[in-house]
Amino acid sequence: MSQGILLFIEQRDGVLNRTSFEAMVAAQGIASATGEKLSAVVFGKSIAPVASEVAAKRLEAVYTVEDDKLAEYTSDGYVAASKQVVEKLAPRFVVLSHTYQVRDFAPKLAAALGKTFVTDCVGFRVDGSDVVFTRQIFQGKINTDVRVTGVPPFLASFQAGSYRADKAEAAETPAPITPLEISMADVQIRAQAEPKFQEAKQAVDLSQAPLIVAVGRGIKSQENIEIVQKLAEALGAEIAASRPICDNEWLPMDRQIGSSGQTVSPKLYIAVGISGAIQHVVGMKNAQTIVAINKDAEAPIFDIADYGIVGDLFEIVPALTAEIKKVKSEG
Amino acid sequence: MNIVVCLKQVPKKDSILRIGPDQKWIDERDISYEMSEADAYALEEALRQKEKHGGEVIVISAGPERVRQSIKEALAKGADRAIHLHDPIFDTATDAAAIARSLAAALKDEKCDLILTGLQSDDYGFAQVGLILAEQLGLPSATIVMEVQPEEGAVRVKRELESGWFQWVRLPMPALLTIQSGINQLRYATLKGIMAAKKKEIREVKAADAGLTADDLKPAQVIERAYLPEKTKRTEFIEGKPADAAAKLVEKLRFDARVI
Ligand SMILES: Cc1cc2nc3c(=O)[nH]c(=O)nc-3n(C[C@H](O)[C@H](O)[C@H](O)COP(=O)(O)OP(=O)(O)OC[C@H]3O[C@@H](n4cnc5c(N)ncnc54)[C@H](O)[C@@H]3O)c2cc1C
Ligand SMILES: Nc1ncnc2c1ncn2[C@@H]1O[C@H](COP(=O)(O)O)[C@@H](O)[C@H]1O
Repeated sequence: MSQGILLFIEQRDGVLNRTSFEAMVAAQGIASATGEKLSAVVFGKSIAPVASEVAAKRLEAVYTVEDDKLAEYTSDGYVAASKQVVEKLAPRFVVLSHTYQVRDFAPKLAAALGKTFVTDCVGFRVDGSDVVFTRQIFQGKINTDVRVTGVPPFLASFQAGSYRADKAEAAETPAPITPLEISMADVQIRAQAEPKFQEAKQAVDLSQAPLIVAVGRGIKSQENIEIVQKLAEALGAEIAASRPICDNEWLPMDRQIGSSGQTVSPKLYIAVGISGAIQHVVGMKNAQTIVAINKDAEAPIFDIADYGIVGDLFEIVPALTAEIKKVKSEG
Repeated sequence: MNIVVCLKQVPKKDSILRIGPDQKWIDERDISYEMSEADAYALEEALRQKEKHGGEVIVISAGPERVRQSIKEALAKGADRAIHLHDPIFDTATDAAAIARSLAAALKDEKCDLILTGLQSDDYGFAQVGLILAEQLGLPSATIVMEVQPEEGAVRVKRELESGWFQWVRLPMPALLTIQSGINQLRYATLKGIMAAKKKEIREVKAADAGLTADDLKPAQVIERAYLPEKTKRTEFIEGKPADAAAKLVEKLRFDARVI
């Protein structure tokens, strides 16, 4: 009989990934709504400090899985180890955070187990004895409620930012930490990973910029970038961009905001022709004031904007530039 | 080097999406379609590798009749031949595992060195089909790939990690890679390419040809309801002609938000 909820904790070099606590909030919620017991598992090498940090939270047990083959993350190592753990513990749900690492191995884990995996969830609801997951399709434009069928365990990963890590409930007394024995001797690691690196030092650091004007694909062509550049100049703001703009080399890579770019928290962030996909939003949602200019009133960016103008950026941005110049010249 | 590219056709990026009458998917009337963005980059990467190292580029796509349009586009850009999984039964495979099973069954006799997929589709966005396919075919894999360097019997790839970090990983071939948008610059099909594509093979595969039944492709997760996300933040929408809206916005930013 499958029972309980097993939360996967992510760590690198002994440092816990904070999004694991976000997923923990979801897992604690599912646990209390279903009456299932929650435990967590940490994979790696020298992970005792991470395990203790996790054990201080409200859950029944923390398992550690240590092996030389897990010292550095590899897809083969993680699939082999986590498959054994899931088979041994036979949980009803496996909960993960939807990090790049989880994207890299968890679908394979699900396939190796022959189980279903609901990725990138933003919420859940308990319906009788079922858990119905909410996930977004079309890059956040539409929500769906997803029901899983078949034999558990069911795997589910939660999107960064869908729960607040500081809401993870603490325990009165720490949970017991139990090492799990698995056999990795026969596991072949096919990938050889080289050390991680960052590209040549970024020329611009946008993290300290007080004012940012960011441009997205709504700008349509490289020549048009100038329109937004003028707005940035009038404001004395830095210019930034969504990923497709940098992919097209319309602006340099170091102007990219988002999960694979820079994270910023300016006083003012003006998003021009940006739809508001989660990978962009994680990089700018902590801006103090967010303005969105978009022709689509349903664009997800309006979900986080303080002020919105629905309309054609090619009309609105020049008008805004003119207005700012006017106000500035009046002193 | 022979490369298979998995292509998915999805609604065009600029489509106005409405919830369909069954409230389980979008309203597909009046929607036009295109190749999912990351898949277009995967195709481009395959074509560039072929131009450097020789071999064949085979595209595979599961979907209804309209998918042929994207397949033809891929052939016009330079792919050599195509496999179209075209059968109402395939269209019932609506979760990632079922889609991967369809592709795996159709690819089991293809001899290839690399399989490329997009890192995630623009409609479902499971970020799973490629990896499940790799597991089913017993292949090593790497995700979110930003550079591909074939070596003798192996491939060295640059993986994107979070917040501007990268890592090179070497995998033995055959391998499956999920490609990130922006890995290269996309080409357009030329008139010559479009003409040449007319003679290229598009092999249609029915579920039965791949040895699959409706039961094999039954999804284990189903969309029970599709709806527009509820807004959690109260955006103050500013209306009026551009100049008026601009003036109002600047006033708000100066005197309410006090950020300029
Ligand atoms: C692993 C991963 C990492 C990623 N990392 C990042 C990242 O770091 N940063 C990032 O930005 N993205 C990232 N992305 C991509 C992200 O998912 C989106 O695809 C991207 O942010 C979309 O950019 P956009 O909003 O500019 O384009 P689109 O989504 O195409 O939106 C364009 C918007 O412009 C509007 N528009 C069009 N014409 C006009 C007009 N005339 N006037 C006004 N509005 C108009 C449209 O309504 C639309 O909302 C990543 C994706 C993945 C899978
Ligand atoms: N119906 C399909 N036909 C061919 N390839 C597909 C199909 N669905 C998904 N894929 C491939 O799998 C990738 C990931 O899709 P997804 O798991 O839906 O995010 C896509 O970018 C495609 O390369």
